[in-house]
Amino acid sequence: MREITLSQAVNEAIAEEMRRDETVFLLGEDVAEAGTPFKVLSGLVEEFGTARVIDTPISEPGFVGLAVGAAMTGARPVVDLMFGDFIYLVMDQLCNQAAKQHYMSGGKLTVPMVLRTNLGATRRSAAQHSQSLQALVAHIPGLKVALPSSAYEAKGLMKTAIRDNNPVVIFEDKLMYQDKAPVPEEEYLIPFGEAHVKREGTDITLIGTSSMVQVAEKAAELLARDGIEAEVIDPRTIVPLDEVALLASVRKTSRAIVIDEGHQSYGVTAEIASRLNEKAFYHLDAPVLRMGAMDVPVPFSPALEDLTVPTPEAVAENARMLCAGEMIHAA
Amino acid sequence: MNKRKHNAEDYLRMYRQMVRIRTFEDNANQLYLSAKMPGLTHMYSGEEAVAVGICEALTDDDRITSTHRGHGHCVAKGAEFKEMFCELLGKAEGYCRGKGGSMHIADQSHGNLGANAIVGGSMGIATGSALRARLLGQDDVTVCFFGDGATAQGLMYEVMNMAALWKLPVIYACENNGYSEYTRTEEIAAGSITARAEAFGIEAFRIDGQDVLAVNDLTRKLVDRCRKGEGPFFIELETYRYHGHHVGDINREYYRSKQEEKDWKDNRDPIIRFRAHLVSEGIASEDEIEAMNAEIEKDAAEAVAYAEAAAYPDVSEVDKHVYAD
Ligand SMILES: Cc1ncc(C[n+]2csc(CCOP(=O)(O)OP(=O)(O)O)c2C)c(N)n1
Ligand SMILES: [Mg+2]
Repeated sequence: MREITLSQAVNEAIAEEMRRDETVFLLGEDVAEAGTPFKVLSGLVEEFGTARVIDTPISEPGFVGLAVGAAMTGARPVVDLMFGDFIYLVMDQLCNQAAKQHYMSGGKLTVPMVLRTNLGATRRSAAQHSQSLQALVAHIPGLKVALPSSAYEAKGLMKTAIRDNNPVVIFEDKLMYQDKAPVPEEEYLIPFGEAHVKREGTDITLIGTSSMVQVAEKAAELLARDGIEAEVIDPRTIVPLDEVALLASVRKTSRAIVIDEGHQSYGVTAEIASRLNEKAFYHLDAPVLRMGAMDVPVPFSPALEDLTVPTPEAVAENARMLCAGEMIHAA
Repeated sequence: MNKRKHNAEDYLRMYRQMVRIRTFEDNANQLYLSAKMPGLTHMYSGEEAVAVGICEALTDDDRITSTHRGHGHCVAKGAEFKEMFCELLGKAEGYCRGKGGSMHIADQSHGNLGANAIVGGSMGIATGSALRARLLGQDDVTVCFFGDGATAQGLMYEVMNMAALWKLPVIYACENNGYSEYTRTEEIAAGSITARAEAFGIEAFRIDGQDVLAVNDLTRKLVDRCRKGEGPFFIELETYRYHGHHVGDINREYYRSKQEEKDWKDNRDPIIRFRAHLVSEGIASEDEIEAMNAEIEKDAAEAVAYAEAAAYPDVSEVDKHVYAD
């Protein structure tokens, strides 16, 4: 199968959906000629013109608000938010406006929009350009949240997001834009709420999101050398969450570590770990561990930044201790 | 005669500060190109007269807020090369102990409240600083630097309204360099920028940001008036950035022509213009200027070497400073 980059996969998904449905349009800063600073959208303005690939001023709450209104009245906007960190600027439009319209109107209004943005540290971009803020939006009922872990997921999830009748937030890892993966030429969609077992194992379940799936896979390789068979699962969307698949795996392995690049406290890892505790408690041989980013603003200095994110070595070390029956982080 | 001497010193300091900014940026760019600098940075080269003209009208008690393109503001407000380069390289002796980097550099000792990686993100901070001055009866003034692109942020209109209502000692300094990333200002700003401030009853000025004396003269007047309770004010400074949006923005002909860049560099460069003025007015000779330039270059080279050899912060610093004691 051909291999393409995550960036190309996103580009293809949006282009295909724009060809298929003329109500789909793009909105954001430097999305047209510049194709975004990450060049993810290059070429789209040439095909679809500036009427459907719209450059905006640096007015994030403004253009997200426009997207909400356009979505409520028959269009399917795909909004480009250049950095995930700018989510704070658009919280009212996203959480008070987009997320609640359907419910508040008793099911009469819909907001079929996609907000595509990014996450991920270790790019030496400091505290305001490195955050992974998926937990903030996952907390808000009415929003769906997708976290693609490779080019394959990025394409399939984006197409599903655009066709979904709800506001969907997609976080791409900006360090993965140039990573290649096999992506079929034929059309495919990845349904929301369907986890993917990336590697089968019997001793411990490693649940990873976005680029933390790669971290989990590398940890699994390290563990295999010690005879520990780790199962790696990628939920692909955290809202909706495929609880059934995660629980089935944990019931089989009886141990789990949840890995996500958002801050650990009050985060995605906490939510998933808590559900496993509630619903698989009697199958567990060890506490479910959370591994998120350190609870500090992302530091600029490379000497500090690399300490703040989960690594394969740290995941493997924790997994070994869990499998050895050692109570880690016990009070 | 006396006045003349005073002016000469001021002029030479302004020239020196502009050259220091240009030299700092040339070295920072070199660090990037030789892969010694982590991440990216945004060059201030070309806009020196704005930062220097304004900051030379301020004291250390006056505050500024800066932007992602902030090295120029930082130098102009009095920062040292050594601590700045250490910060750019993520070293422990940097102004922010390596935690902030280029886009968050701040220098408390000279009243620089910090660069900001959120476009328009410092407008509330600057206006709040001015509110504090009013509240506590202090007579310092705050200057808020921001780009033309930042005028699209709604926050600006909320805080200008309050600043005008409450007559706060703040000067909004819009550095209009013609571009917001890869987009021309005309494509992102409708109508007139100064008229937006005027709509709040704020006196607004549009001036040549490549003329350091014009910038300095106007700012001195406005700072005085701010101290008398006549603020706020708004200045739009017409200027130009010589480099790309950031150091990695090399191929930029799709949004801006080489000819245009050459025209600004050859015909409107703030340093060349002011240098000619200094010589023609007999304030400095060509030789004296060359000597000054060489000394600044040497300073910068030494600071870079120092920063390269300096230590990274200890790993124990990673979770320090999340909360104040
Ligand atoms: C809220 C926000 N939106 C977008 C960006 C990305 N961004 C960084 S600089 C920039 C352009 C800023 O243009 P301008 O204000 O004119 O400043 P200049 O770079 O020209 O000095 C953009 C869009 C950001 N940092 N913050
Ligand atoms: Mg600009």
